[in-house]
Amino acid sequence: MGGKTLYDKLWDAHVVRDNGDGTALLYIDRQLVHEVTSPQAFEGLRLADRPLWRVDANLAVVDHNVPTTDRDKGIADPISALQVETLNQNCREYGITQFGLLDRRQGIVHIIGPEQGATQPGMTVVCGDSHTSTHGALGALAFGIGTSEVEHALATQTVVQARSKRMLIRVDGKAGPGVTAKDIMLAIIGKIGTAGGTGYAVEYGGEAIRALPMAGRMTICNMSIEAGARCGMVAVDDTTIEYLRDRPYSPKGERWDQAEAYWRTLVSDEDAEFDRVVTLDAAAIKPQVSWGTSPEMVVPVDGVVPDPADEPDETKRAGMQRALEYMDLKPGTPIREIRPEKVFIGSCTNSRIEDLRAAASILRGKRIAKNIREAMVVPGSGLVKWQAEQEGLDQVFKDAGFEWRDAGCSMCLGMNPDKLSAGERCASTSNRNFEGRQGAGGRTHLVSPEMAAAAAVAGHFVDIRELEQ
Amino acid sequence: MEPLTRVEGLVAPLDRSNVDTDAIIPKQFLKSIHRTGFGPNLFDEWRYLDYGEPGQDCSNRPLNPDFVLNQPRYQGASILLARENFGCGSSREHAPWALADYGFRVIIAPSFADIFYNNCSKNGILALALPAETVQALFEATEATEGYRLTVDLPEQVVITPEGDRYSFEIDPHRKHMLVEGLDEIGLTLEHADEIRAYEQQRRAVTPWLFEDLGPA
Repeated sequence: MGGKTLYDKLWDAHVVRDNGDGTALLYIDRQLVHEVTSPQAFEGLRLADRPLWRVDANLAVVDHNVPTTDRDKGIADPISALQVETLNQNCREYGITQFGLLDRRQGIVHIIGPEQGATQPGMTVVCGDSHTSTHGALGALAFGIGTSEVEHALATQTVVQARSKRMLIRVDGKAGPGVTAKDIMLAIIGKIGTAGGTGYAVEYGGEAIRALPMAGRMTICNMSIEAGARCGMVAVDDTTIEYLRDRPYSPKGERWDQAEAYWRTLVSDEDAEFDRVVTLDAAAIKPQVSWGTSPEMVVPVDGVVPDPADEPDETKRAGMQRALEYMDLKPGTPIREIRPEKVFIGSCTNSRIEDLRAAASILRGKRIAKNIREAMVVPGSGLVKWQAEQEGLDQVFKDAGFEWRDAGCSMCLGMNPDKLSAGERCASTSNRNFEGRQGAGGRTHLVSPEMAAAAAVAGHFVDIRELEQ
Repeated sequence: MEPLTRVEGLVAPLDRSNVDTDAIIPKQFLKSIHRTGFGPNLFDEWRYLDYGEPGQDCSNRPLNPDFVLNQPRYQGASILLARENFGCGSSREHAPWALADYGFRVIIAPSFADIFYNNCSKNGILALALPAETVQALFEATEATEGYRLTVDLPEQVVITPEGDRYSFEIDPHRKHMLVEGLDEIGLTLEHADEIRAYEQQRRAVTPWLFEDLGPA
C-alpha cells in the first residue's frame, strides 16, 4: 500500500460510518449558510420538527442578494428583502451566529470564512454554493451542496458522500510577471475542460502553487468547480499556518499549538498515488481572457478568437458557434481588439485585499476609457473594504472612475441590482461566463483583477506584461 | 419523495452540451423561499422572448418558437434527452426543482455535473448516463419520430426503446435505493445518531478546537 493523498487523509478522518453501498456518512465540521439556498432547508426542518444537530458548527451571512449601495436604506426589492429577512429569522430561531447586512464582517461567504478563521485546515466545510471549494486552499475538504444536503447537514451534521477519484494538478516552475493565480486557473480549465474534473477531488501542487499567497490559492481552489471538480485543495505549509495565526476564530494558546501540529500533517505523502496527474508549465502560461460562454473557452491575451471550423467534434463545434453568436464575436478577432463597456472587480474569486491592491496598482494615476460606461469594485467583505480604505485604495479606484461599493456577490451573478443589460460586454474578475450569468443577454470575459483594470484604462483588453515593461 | 421505478414517457431533446444551472433556472427566480413553482421558469431565457420576473404570470408571455420545449410535439414530455456535462455550474437545487415541477422525471445524457447529479436524486429525478453514441442514436430517433417515447426501468437499470432495444445503465446502489423507495435520507441517517455522537466524542478529544463556539452574532 502506498501513502495517502491529502484528500484520503481528510476523507478518512471524517467517515462516521461506511454505508456499505459505495457511500459513507461524512462528518461536517463547518457549514456556511447564506440566504439563497437555505430557506427551503429550514422549512424542511420545521415541517419534520427536527432540531439542528450542532448549532455552533454553522456560520451564516447574507451575500448573494444584498445591495452594494445605500445599505442604510434597506433592500428595495421586496422579494430579495424577504429572503434576507427569512435568513435573519431562521438564525434567530435556531441560534446560529450570523453576520447581518450592517455588520462590518459581512461579506461573501467564501471570503469571510477564511478571513475570520472560521474555516481551517483539516475541516470538512460545506455550503449551499458551488464555490465552497475555495476553502480547500486552507487544506480543508470543502465542497458545494444542494439545499437537501444543507438540510441534511443541519439536521445530522453529516452528508452522504461517495469517495471521489483523486487528481493532482501540478503547476511546475515559476509564473512570469503579470501572470496571476486567475490566469493559472483559467489555463488549467482551458486544458482539462469544464468537465475535466468531474468525479475528482483535485489537489493543486507544484512550485507555482506553493509560491502563491493564500489569496491566490483561494482563487485557484474557488474555480475548481469550473473544471467540474466539487473540491480543490492545497496542502498545508508555512503560508497556510501564518495566514491562520491570530484570526478571530483560529484556535488560541495551547489549542493553537495542538492544531498546528495536526495541520502540518495535512499534506499528501510522497508515495501517495493519484488516479490522474495533470501538469502545466507555469512559465508557458500567459494572461488569459475567456472569449465564450463556458470557462473552458479561454485563450491567452495575445491570441485570437478561435474558429469553430478548426474543431473536429460536432457537438463542440456547435457549442462554439452558439457562443460566438451570443458573444457577438468573429473568429480570428485579436483578443486585444475586444472592447468591454463595463468592468467588474469582485466576486468570491477575486475580491480579497490582494486583488484590490493588484488592480489599484494598474489604475494609480489613470482614468477609465471613454467607452467604459461603468466600472465597479465590490470588495469581498466589509473588512476588506475597510482595509482598502486604510491603504487609500478606494481613492485610487474613485480617481480612476470606478465606483466603490459595499461587499457582496453583486455582478458575479446579478441577483441584486448590479447586472449587465442585454448586449453589454464586461471584463469581469468573476468565475462564470455562462449565457445570462451577469444579467440576461450580458457578455462576460473572465480575467484577472490586473487585466480588468488594464482593460478599463485602455478601453480594450491589453497584455499587462507590456504595461509592466 | 415520490418513488421512481418505471417511467414511460414522451422524450424531448435538448441538443446543447454544458447546459448550466443558470440556464436551467436563471438567478432572479432563486429569490423564492419555497421549493415549488419553478416549472414555468424552467429555461426561462431560452423559452421566452421577454425577460422573466419572479412572481409573474407566465401564461401570457411571448414564447420563443425556436426553443425545442415550445414545440407542440414535445408538450407533456417527462424524459429529457441532453448532452455532455448537463447541469454544470452553480449548486442551486432550484434546477432540479424546476425540472421536476415542469414534469421531467428522467434526464438522459452522456454525463452530468456532480452537484446537479446529486441534487436530482434528492428530488425524485433519475439522471442517467448512457454512452455518447447511444445518446446520439436516441437524439436521431427522437427527432425523426414524432411522439417518440422511451421506457426507463430503474429496478432493472435499463432504457427500452419502442423498437425493443435495451440500453442498460449504471447507478450506485445507494442512489437507486433512495429513488426506488422514495426515502427520506435525513430520517435514514438519524437511525445512526449514536454513531454520529460516538464520532463526535472521539473527535472532541483529538481535535477539540473544532468544537469551539463561534459566539454571538
